Amino acid sequence: MTRRWLRIPSAWVTPLGVIGAVIAAFWIVVAFTAQFWVPFDPLAQVLPRLQAPGIDTIMGTDALGRDIFSRLMTGAGVTIPLALMLVVMSMVVGTLIGAIAGYFGKWVDEVLMRLTDLVMAFPTVILAMVVAAALGPSLFNAVIAAFVVSWPQYARMTRSIVLGLRTQNYVMAGRLLGFSPFKTLRVDVAPNVVGPILVLASLDVGTAILLLSGLSFLGLGAQPPTAEWGSMISAAMANFDSWWIGVFPGLAILTVVMAFNFVGDSLRDIFDPTSQMSKARAR
Amino acid sequence: MGKNTRATRVHPARAPLGGSPLAGYVLRRLGMSVLLLFGVTLVTFSLANLVPGNPIVAALGEGAASNPATVAAYIEKHGLDQPLPVQYLNYLLNLFQGDMGVSLRTAQPVASDLAKAVPATIEVAIGAIIVSLAVGVALGSLAAYRRGKISDQLVRVLSLIGLSIPTFWMALVSFNFFFLQLRIAPGSGRLSPILSPPPTVTGLYTIDALLAGQWVTFMDAMAHLMLPVFVLSLFTIGLLTRFVRTSVLEVLDADYIRAGRAKGLSGPRMLFGYTLRGASLPILTIVGLAFGSLLSGTVLVEAVFAWPGLGSYAYNSATSLDLPGVMGVGLIVGVIYLGINFAVDLLYGVLDPRVRLA
Amino acid sequence: MTDVLNTMVPDAEATAPAVLSVQGLTVGIGPRKAPKPIVTGISLDLVPGRIHGLAGESGSGKTVSSLAILGLLPANATVGGSITLFDADSNGAGPGGTELIGMRRRALNRIRGRRIAMIFQDPSSSLHPQLTVGSQLTDHVRTHLKLGREAARDRAIELLTRVRVPNPVEALGRYPHQFSGGQRQRIAIAIALACDPVVLLADEPTTALDVTVQAGILHLLRDLADERQLAVLLVTHDLGVMSAIADEVSVMRHGVIVETGPREQIFGAPQHAYTRELLESLPSAQGADTPSAIQKEAGR
Repeated sequence: MTRRWLRIPSAWVTPLGVIGAVIAAFWIVVAFTAQFWVPFDPLAQVLPRLQAPGIDTIMGTDALGRDIFSRLMTGAGVTIPLALMLVVMSMVVGTLIGAIAGYFGKWVDEVLMRLTDLVMAFPTVILAMVVAAALGPSLFNAVIAAFVVSWPQYARMTRSIVLGLRTQNYVMAGRLLGFSPFKTLRVDVAPNVVGPILVLASLDVGTAILLLSGLSFLGLGAQPPTAEWGSMISAAMANFDSWWIGVFPGLAILTVVMAFNFVGDSLRDIFDPTSQMSKARAR
Repeated sequence: MGKNTRATRVHPARAPLGGSPLAGYVLRRLGMSVLLLFGVTLVTFSLANLVPGNPIVAALGEGAASNPATVAAYIEKHGLDQPLPVQYLNYLLNLFQGDMGVSLRTAQPVASDLAKAVPATIEVAIGAIIVSLAVGVALGSLAAYRRGKISDQLVRVLSLIGLSIPTFWMALVSFNFFFLQLRIAPGSGRLSPILSPPPTVTGLYTIDALLAGQWVTFMDAMAHLMLPVFVLSLFTIGLLTRFVRTSVLEVLDADYIRAGRAKGLSGPRMLFGYTLRGASLPILTIVGLAFGSLLSGTVLVEAVFAWPGLGSYAYNSATSLDLPGVMGVGLIVGVIYLGINFAVDLLYGVLDPRVRLA
Repeated sequence: MTDVLNTMVPDAEATAPAVLSVQGLTVGIGPRKAPKPIVTGISLDLVPGRIHGLAGESGSGKTVSSLAILGLLPANATVGGSITLFDADSNGAGPGGTELIGMRRRALNRIRGRRIAMIFQDPSSSLHPQLTVGSQLTDHVRTHLKLGREAARDRAIELLTRVRVPNPVEALGRYPHQFSGGQRQRIAIAIALACDPVVLLADEPTTALDVTVQAGILHLLRDLADERQLAVLLVTHDLGVMSAIADEVSVMRHGVIVETGPREQIFGAPQHAYTRELLESLPSAQGADTPSAIQKEAGR
């Protein structure tokens, strides 16, 4: 487990990773620019209601006469930045907590790990739902709820890596050389944590988007009239016959999540050579 | 129930608690589960009572909470003026007597609402786990055996797509397509309206119908299960496929597989008797986790199919901001999940002679 | 490549006809177009009742050669040359013997474990941890010899008794982790012998064991070779082991056999400079009865 993250192999260029990165980049650009170029105001109820996809409204209109295409594109600006923020937040907090638990051990470790046990005793969506309901329905609270359920995985992973490293000879050697705890963490531990954590985070973006839109679908996230994908799908439940209301937002979620999963999975190949597909197997 | 505890489980402590090593193992696991059970109640209690937001408003609804007399009566009745530990103790006592509060939406005790909903969810979850396990093991083994080949890459992409599908959307789309458009799937619910539920034994309509010998009801219940099971399975199939692939790859590297091949054993015997058996422990672990995501999934899927289970109940409670209802679902799902993890632990002991016989 | 000539030197001591003959075996690993050569043309004959030692440092290609005989190499390996099994009992064996290289999997499975058996370095990982000893001892017996459950079980008990595993009846129902390392290797040997093979490939059979139990395993191998007229290929880096029980010895280096001869010749009057080098690195160069680990990879 020496610093193989420094060697960036040409395997960066896997077809799956490239496809994922391109789609993800597309959606990120959309997220930050959509408000400037969408054809209609996503909140304006000015069009005929429940109009099927056609020439001027390519994805149709919803029950309130709003343009679904405009809502979809600006919806990217709601979900994607929040999901990215959520992942960064969970990653930073989780990694720190995991490092503290692993480094200090004893009761600190015990307390922190029992805390992760508690969170992990629930299926994620269930706990997030309960937390969001308790905090009250709003997009901000949904993010908090999602954060509550998503930091422990980073803490667990970081802790197990740190624990594994504590007994490694080169880390011991560093300590014997008189490295301070901070230097040990920076020089010996950090490089080993970065790879796995980045892989986890990139796969977690997809999970975060699914979770946030799921909470909105339950009415616990974005509130009307916000153009958010999950709540747009929820609105489709009232109009089963107008298939376009629900189909397009779902496709948007699917493509974004898929893109991040493709990227994350390709990153995993790079950081974890044992999962690589190069070696053929015996019959 | 963390991945961590399960990883260390392969080398259990040498000194058993009870007479036989397995009994000691079971006792330890049971102890853990009971501790976590208290943890689960602690979480739901804290969320219901400590969160900023007014628990009284949440419990009574906006209208009633504006009346000071009602509020005072409520505080008095539920002992909300007492110190928190006492409140928690009361909460536990109430739970113990099956009192989970009253739903604002249905005006019924949450506990009795949930009791009706649990079997429906168990039925669809069991169906989904069977389907996911069958498909996941098949695809995962295939990918591992054909590592690096086209089929492996294809399975990888498919499983990633499975993990990316928003289940609530998939439910909506498939309901729309298979029922409203193609008319090949039966409508919503657990049974067609013309049929009455079979006499309750397990609460699972399919099993109960079989027990009562009602073939028509059984087939109808099966048909109604198909679509929800299909939608719920997509995510867990992706999950299982990936883990099965990884675990089978690891096992294929093991010496005992080479030794088995050196004995001239046939392909099926190697796959089922040696490889999958060797990979059974990690696969079992992930089945436990998959159950968690299935239970999560039901919350997002059941409502679309009007499947009268925990998921629909959670959906309806959440959308109508019925806090006691939501808390009840959280608690009961937490308990079910704990139970499943405990069962997984027990199975672990059965499947791994190193645990069973120490 | 001058070494190749040496591999052609006929085995002077071998009087009985070989039961397995390896001729010009080559193994490459990697892409089919440009495989990395691991074994570059070795030849050896295995004779019933005799133990043929294959010695060499790690990385010399000795283990790969033994795996190639049973077709156990990874799918990305390319194997060339000829491996012939002269065995009346094996399917379709004419007077010219059966060619194993390029054999179909189904046919190969009828030879694996039945005519040619193998034991591996580490018995704690080569036995399936979740299967009982009894089931691992009988599954291939039942496939190959079409024996019933009872008959296979009787045979298993007999075999465990022969390899001196205590309480054989009870042992059948136990799992590998409940045995000591030496006993596990005895079980592995019993599994290998279960279908009365004619050839036994032993890949470093004592390397993972404590020194104190190594001698016991070696004596068992020697006795079994004599009593069952087994042709044994003993692959090891340990010249001490080699000197204890091998009849003939081949010394391998960089994918070729540099010297082959009777044990007395190899240990008494080594011809090749590399053989002498290896012997000098042996702590007690006399080749005493107690095997000792040589400092492997001395050249690295």
